[in-house]
Amino acid sequence: MNQYQESVCLQGHIIDSLLLAKVLDLILMMGGTFDLEDVHIGKTREEPSHARIRIRTTSRALLDDILKAIQPHGASIEREADCRTNRAPADGVLPDDFYATTHLPTQIRLNGRWLDVDRIEMDLAVLVNEARSMAQAVPMGEVRRGDQIVVGREGVRVIPLQRPRERDVFGFMESQVSAERPHGHIIADIATRMRQLRERHRHGQADSKVLLAGGPAIIHAGGREALTWLIEQGFVHTLFCGNALAAHDMEADLYGTSLGYGLSAGRAVPHGHEHHLRTINRIRAIGSIEAAVTSGVIKQGIMAACIRQGVPVVMSGTIRDDGPLPGVITDSVRAQSAMRALTPGIGLALLVASTLHSVATGNLLPATVPTVCVDVNPSVPTKLADRGSFQAVGLVMDAASFLSELARVLGRST
Amino acid sequence: MSRLLVCPPDYFGIEYEINPWMRLSNRVDHERAIRQWHELMRVLEKDLGVVLERMTPIPGLPDLVFTANSGIVVGQTAVLSRFRYPERQPEEAHFEDWFRGQGYDLLTVENELYFEGAGDLLGFPEYWFGGYRQRSDIRVFPILSDRFHREIIPLELVDSRFYHLDTCLCPLSGGELLYFPAAFDRYGQTAIAERVPERLRLTVPENEALKFACNAVCVGKHVVLPAGCPTTQAWLCIKGYEAHPVQLDEFMKSGGSAKCLTLALD
Repeated sequence: MNQYQESVCLQGHIIDSLLLAKVLDLILMMGGTFDLEDVHIGKTREEPSHARIRIRTTSRALLDDILKAIQPHGASIEREADCRTNRAPADGVLPDDFYATTHLPTQIRLNGRWLDVDRIEMDLAVLVNEARSMAQAVPMGEVRRGDQIVVGREGVRVIPLQRPRERDVFGFMESQVSAERPHGHIIADIATRMRQLRERHRHGQADSKVLLAGGPAIIHAGGREALTWLIEQGFVHTLFCGNALAAHDMEADLYGTSLGYGLSAGRAVPHGHEHHLRTINRIRAIGSIEAAVTSGVIKQGIMAACIRQGVPVVMSGTIRDDGPLPGVITDSVRAQSAMRALTPGIGLALLVASTLHSVATGNLLPATVPTVCVDVNPSVPTKLADRGSFQAVGLVMDAASFLSELARVLGRST
Repeated sequence: MSRLLVCPPDYFGIEYEINPWMRLSNRVDHERAIRQWHELMRVLEKDLGVVLERMTPIPGLPDLVFTANSGIVVGQTAVLSRFRYPERQPEEAHFEDWFRGQGYDLLTVENELYFEGAGDLLGFPEYWFGGYRQRSDIRVFPILSDRFHREIIPLELVDSRFYHLDTCLCPLSGGELLYFPAAFDRYGQTAIAERVPERLRLTVPENEALKFACNAVCVGKHVVLPAGCPTTQAWLCIKGYEAHPVQLDEFMKSGGSAKCLTLALD
C-alpha cells in the first residue's frame, strides 16, 4: 500500500512553462503516484497558477528521493502541523471538537512524524499514548479521564483505499447491490480468497482470518451443513452470531428441527416450537456450549465444529432472546468490545443473513477488509453501505444457497 | 534613449573558478581585455547612441564588470541580486550602493533565495523568461511576477556551460528570439516553441552558442554580439537587424560576453 505521502505546493506560471507536467512526470518516473488537489489555473497570462500535489510512495526512502528531485523545480513541502490533543474531561466523555474517525487507514502527525492509527474503525476517537509515540482508535465509552484525544482536523490524514492486487470482485470495493447480478463469479472469487487465506492462516501469516457473522436464517434455510463443513475444513476462523443461530443449530442436532420445522421432512413437528426452548434449557443446565459439545450431548453442527476447531465465537444478545444460552453477552457495549477484540487479523468478512449482525460487524471493520454481505433482502447490503461500509460487496441471495454453493466450489461433495 | 549600466574592467581577471569557462591557469591578457571593453563601449555609445552609466570598479571584485548580474531594473525599482557563490556575494553591497545613489526603490528577495539578476530574467515586454537551477532559485519568479504583474515562464538550465539564461537565450526587440535549445530540457524547449513561433526563432548553431552568440545586446534594430558568429549575424540581417560584432574573447575566459557586461536601466 502506498502509505508514505507528503503534500507539496507548486505555484507561479506552471502551466505554460510545463513545470507542472515536469513535476508530475518526475513523480511517476521515479515510481511514485500523486493526487492533484486544489489546482487553480490563472485566468490571465499574468495571473499565477497553483497546484497542491499529494505524493504517495511505497517507501520512505523513495518519498525522500522524489521530494529531493522536485524541490529544485519549486515544489515546496507544505508546512504541516502536528495534530492537537486534549485530555478527556471524564470517563466515557471525549473532549469537545474530538476527531471522529472513518474506517479508512488514518495517520496522525506527532513530533513531526506521521504515525498510523492502530485498530482503525469508523465513528471512534483517536487516543494518543502518554509517550506520544502511538495512536489507536478508541470508542467513546472506553475513554478514561485524562486520556489524550486528538482534536480538530489538523495533523490528521486519511489514506484512500488502494485497489487490491487481486483482480477479483473485491477490486472494485463498491457495493453495487442487485438481485439481477449473476452470483457464480462472485462466489468463485470469494472461494479463491478463502483458499488462499486458509493457506496463509495455516502458516500463521497476518490478516489471514475469515470472519463469518450470521443469523438463524442460515439454519432455517438449510445452510447448517455447508457452514459446518466450512468450519471443519478450516475455512472460517471467527464466528459472530446471536442467541438464535446457536440455539437453532443445537436444536437441529438434538431434535432435527429448526424453530420447530423438521429440517429433513420440511414440515412443522408437533410441539416443535418448544424445541429451541428445551435446547436452551438443556445447555443452561450443562453450563456451557463447550461442555455440551465435549460431553457429547451436542454432536454435530456449527457450534460443535467451532468448539472442535477452536474457532472463537462471540454471541451477542438482543431484546427478544429466549434464555439466553450460556455465553451470550447481553450487555451490548460488552458485546461490541468482544467483537472488536477479534477484528484484528481478519482478511475476509462474510456477513450472512442477519441485518443486525451484518451492520454491526461491517461497521466494526476497517475499510481495508474485503467484506461480503449476503441477504435475500437487498435492503441489508444497501443499509450496510449507507452506514458507511462502502467496501462491502452485496450479494442478494438466500443464505443456504450461498453457503452450499461456496462449500461446493471449495470441494464439498454434495 | 537606452541607458546601460557598465563597470570598467580595471580589476577584471580570473581569481576563482565558479563556472566551466573559468580556469585559474587561463590568464586574462589585461591590456587586451581593457581594449575589448572600450571597443564595446564605443560601439554602444557611438554606433547605437546608448547612454552609459559607469560604476566605480573595486579591487578584489573581478566580476563586478558583469553588471547584468547586479539585479534587474523595472521602472524606478531595482531588484538586487543574491549571488549563489560566496565569491561574488561581496559585489551585492556595491551594486546596492550604486542603485541607492541613483534614487531607485530597492527590492530584495528573501535571504535564502538566490537570484542573479538580468543574467537569469529577461524577456519581452509582455512576458519574461526565468532561468533556474544553475544560479537562480525558481521560487524567486512567482515573487517577482506578483510584484511586477508580469508572466514569468521558468526554464530549467541543464548545461553548466550555459549557467545563466542570458548565455543561451536572447529576446530581440521585434519579438524574435536567439536561443540554443540544448541548454534547456525538453519541457523548456517546448515552452519556448509554444510561445515564440518558429519563424521568429533562431536556433543558434552549437559552435556559435559556445562563443556566446546569445549573449547579445539588442537596442532597437541593432544587435551587439561577440565576433565569430556568422550564422547568427546572417539571420539577424535577414530579420532586418544590424549586427555589430565585437571581439570579447578575453571576457569569455570568465564565461561572459556583451550582454553580461551591461545592465539595461530603462
